[in-house]
Amino acid sequence: MTDLLKPRDGKDAEDAVRWALAEGKALELIGHGTKRGIGRPAQTDVTLDLSGLSGVTLYEPEELVLTARAGTPMAEIEALVASKGQQLAFEPMDYGPLFGRAAGRGTLGGVLAANVSGPRRIKAGAARDHFLGFTAVSGRGETFKSGGRVVKNVTGYDLCKLMAGSWGTLAALTEVTIKTLPRPETEATVAVIGLTDAAAVQAMTAAMGSSCDVSGAAHLPAEVAGSLPLAVAASAGRALTLLRLEGVAPSVSHRQVALTEIVKPFGEVGLIPEQASQALWRAIRDVLPFAAGRVEAGQPLWRVSTAPARGAELVSLVAGEGGVPCLYDWAGGLVWLSIPGAGDDAGATAVRRAVAACGGHATLLRAPAALRAAVEPFEPQDAALAALTKRVKESFDPKGAFNPGRIWVGV
Amino acid sequence: MSVAMPEPDAAVLARRDHIVAALSAIVPGEGVIASELAMRPYEADGLTAYRALPMVVVLPETTEQVSRILAYCHREGVKVVPRGAGTSLSGGALPLTDGVLLGMAKFNRIREIDYDNRVVVAEPGVTNLAVTQAVEHAGFYYAPDPSSQIACTIGGNVAENSGGVHCLKYGMTTNNVLGCELVLMTGEIVRIGGPHLDAGGYDLLGIITGSEGLLGVVTEITVRILKKPETARAVLVGFTQSEDAGECVSRIISAGIIPGGMEMMDRPAIHATEEFVHAGYPLDVEALLIVELDGPQVEVDHLIARVEAIARECKAVTCKVSASEQERLLFWAGRKAAFPAVGRISPDYYCMDGTIPRAKLPLVLRRIRELSERYGLRVANVFHAGDGNLHPLILYDANKPGELDKTEQFGAEILKLCVEVGGVLTGEHGVGVEKRDLMPAMFSEIDLAHQQRLKCAFDDRGLLNPGKVFPTLHRCAELGRMHVHAGRVAFPDIPRF
Repeated sequence: MTDLLKPRDGKDAEDAVRWALAEGKALELIGHGTKRGIGRPAQTDVTLDLSGLSGVTLYEPEELVLTARAGTPMAEIEALVASKGQQLAFEPMDYGPLFGRAAGRGTLGGVLAANVSGPRRIKAGAARDHFLGFTAVSGRGETFKSGGRVVKNVTGYDLCKLMAGSWGTLAALTEVTIKTLPRPETEATVAVIGLTDAAAVQAMTAAMGSSCDVSGAAHLPAEVAGSLPLAVAASAGRALTLLRLEGVAPSVSHRQVALTEIVKPFGEVGLIPEQASQALWRAIRDVLPFAAGRVEAGQPLWRVSTAPARGAELVSLVAGEGGVPCLYDWAGGLVWLSIPGAGDDAGATAVRRAVAACGGHATLLRAPAALRAAVEPFEPQDAALAALTKRVKESFDPKGAFNPGRIWVGV
Repeated sequence: MSVAMPEPDAAVLARRDHIVAALSAIVPGEGVIASELAMRPYEADGLTAYRALPMVVVLPETTEQVSRILAYCHREGVKVVPRGAGTSLSGGALPLTDGVLLGMAKFNRIREIDYDNRVVVAEPGVTNLAVTQAVEHAGFYYAPDPSSQIACTIGGNVAENSGGVHCLKYGMTTNNVLGCELVLMTGEIVRIGGPHLDAGGYDLLGIITGSEGLLGVVTEITVRILKKPETARAVLVGFTQSEDAGECVSRIISAGIIPGGMEMMDRPAIHATEEFVHAGYPLDVEALLIVELDGPQVEVDHLIARVEAIARECKAVTCKVSASEQERLLFWAGRKAAFPAVGRISPDYYCMDGTIPRAKLPLVLRRIRELSERYGLRVANVFHAGDGNLHPLILYDANKPGELDKTEQFGAEILKLCVEVGGVLTGEHGVGVEKRDLMPAMFSEIDLAHQQRLKCAFDDRGLLNPGKVFPTLHRCAELGRMHVHAGRVAFPDIPRF
């Protein structure tokens, strides 16, 4: 039976890691465990549950900074910053629904460790871009810090970037500082109806190449658009290409007119007002068409980041004539693909081949544990990069005590 | 010069002729510079108080040459200092007398412009401004705009994670770089990222950006370009107290407005720049704010009105909105010329670069004034007010015996003050040699060891730009040693399920 350790503070966390190192135990690092199903299944002896390290320790809205213990629930953080008219601009998605868990769970540390973002990634960046400082326990059993509590800082290596997206393989975050930003006053979404994937990518490219300051650009092919809980009436079962505008009201209405002119040549244009727009983008953020319990939930789900203008090409390379259920975000640069009848490689061969052709990287985001053990869940690296990655891992976690193998074997 | 550099390696210096010959075999023709006279221009970067003549200068033109140079130096145990345009203000490109100075100036081509994916692929020796110039006919630009943008290179921007006046809204270099080709000290070539977002795997690009040339040599960079905003207007706001200016900045941000630029100058900086540029700055104020709003015309007009209202609430004594593009540029001309303007009123000046929580500004300015009196040295302050990045300019005369040393002590006290109030040593200029010995004011030995072990992962022999950033050099083997703390574990106290 796997043991569970639940530190109450940073000192406890350090003690727990030291104990594990002395005993030669491998640790699985978790917060609320909402992303536990991502990556190679854990081969660990003990779970280190960091959700006990909870609470906001500093929030200065006018300085745009917030410091919290790493296990602080995202719901608490989001409610607090919303109360001051702010938000986390990187719009972190909630992985809960994809894995059949309740929405509204997850910790700030988990969001940062997985470098989570959302539709606004194209404008505001990912978690990495808002991660200002941290304290953590490394795989050497030592508490160390990096960064600071100011938004502009180049003192020493930017280890925040390295921790973001390291999936708990380098250090156990105990306290983190992030940048908060004002929430836009209002929003609206311009929708283009009935486009093919290829035409949609062109429309999104045109929108992104304008000065309309689009803060979300997604395409839902017909079968996916129809499955949305709040399908837009106007689409009537057709594909939806969505372009979000945020800001002060006069600006949003001005840009809405300008953007409509730009995308009119592509197809029928509709407008989705503030509240419906908010609900729609939340659903896109959380990839709700592929939430557990829906039709495709049993199929392997891939998340691919590619050159935005090549998104549709990538999907056609994977799917051929038949097509696969997919959803495009980031103006075509983020593709979620559900692969029916994928077989025992979860579709990896086809996906990796397409990624090699179009550029980018693919993650087998959701699949049964046996498949995630058999297939590389993260993008394989060439020899030089893999060796460098391994050396970076060893510099923080020489004994391989943290989430070993979760991203790559030996890391 | 008061900073000690690593002891030159006599064995390497003794082999200088062989090393020059070997480098000449890799980079033929005029790519290797070995005469003292021709190496002179490379002896310092923008931190001119520090000078050293390199052992040899090499100017490669291809990634393959960079790879062979580094592999050779790695094998032979020769140190390497990479250099872009040499505009670093922290001594990041200060040569080592027993080291190869690797100049990247010949990597000056833009390799690809991809409007559909909104990226430019450039070689590291391309200047920051040239990236914007290559795409501006199509209405695009590259957002980070350090003041030295006409000269500084994109490779140097990556090494230093350069900022600029627009980084509050548009981010620093690290937020605008998507990929790179990197040559490691072993000569291995790795490619990271590309036109897609988030490189995949560990965010090595995020680590390389701002690593001050200690981890690898970048030979190609993919940057994100943005469409130019429809318009921009600036407001010039004067205050009789710096506290009011600070309050105004806080209220603008609290009102949900993130301006494209928000700069503050104190009285000495206002006077120096106004005499130099005649930008129309009011001379009877203690603090001057330039707030720039960009976006569609309607948005800019709407927000300008709100900023004006906030300024009035904060007891602004002057408030002037730019009426034309020409006037907007004039407002900025003063601020952008602040350093040379201060250079006119003093034989020398020393530019500091701390960041502080903005609320501490009045306290920090008061303490700087006290220090200024104590040291008998004048100070002018320019401030990226939105993000708390303070540039005190200490006025001194290098020809007066002891004045440079006194200036450096004064500067160090300012930076320690920044850390003391919750800020950091450097917001955008880098640690380099300049702030190297102040690192312990911000980081413990354990913190620094974690950073230095990361360097070992990239450069196991410590040959790339040693003597910068870290106050003490350690061998990688020594840093890597594990101390297992078994006996001291208070483990039974931890809740266990």
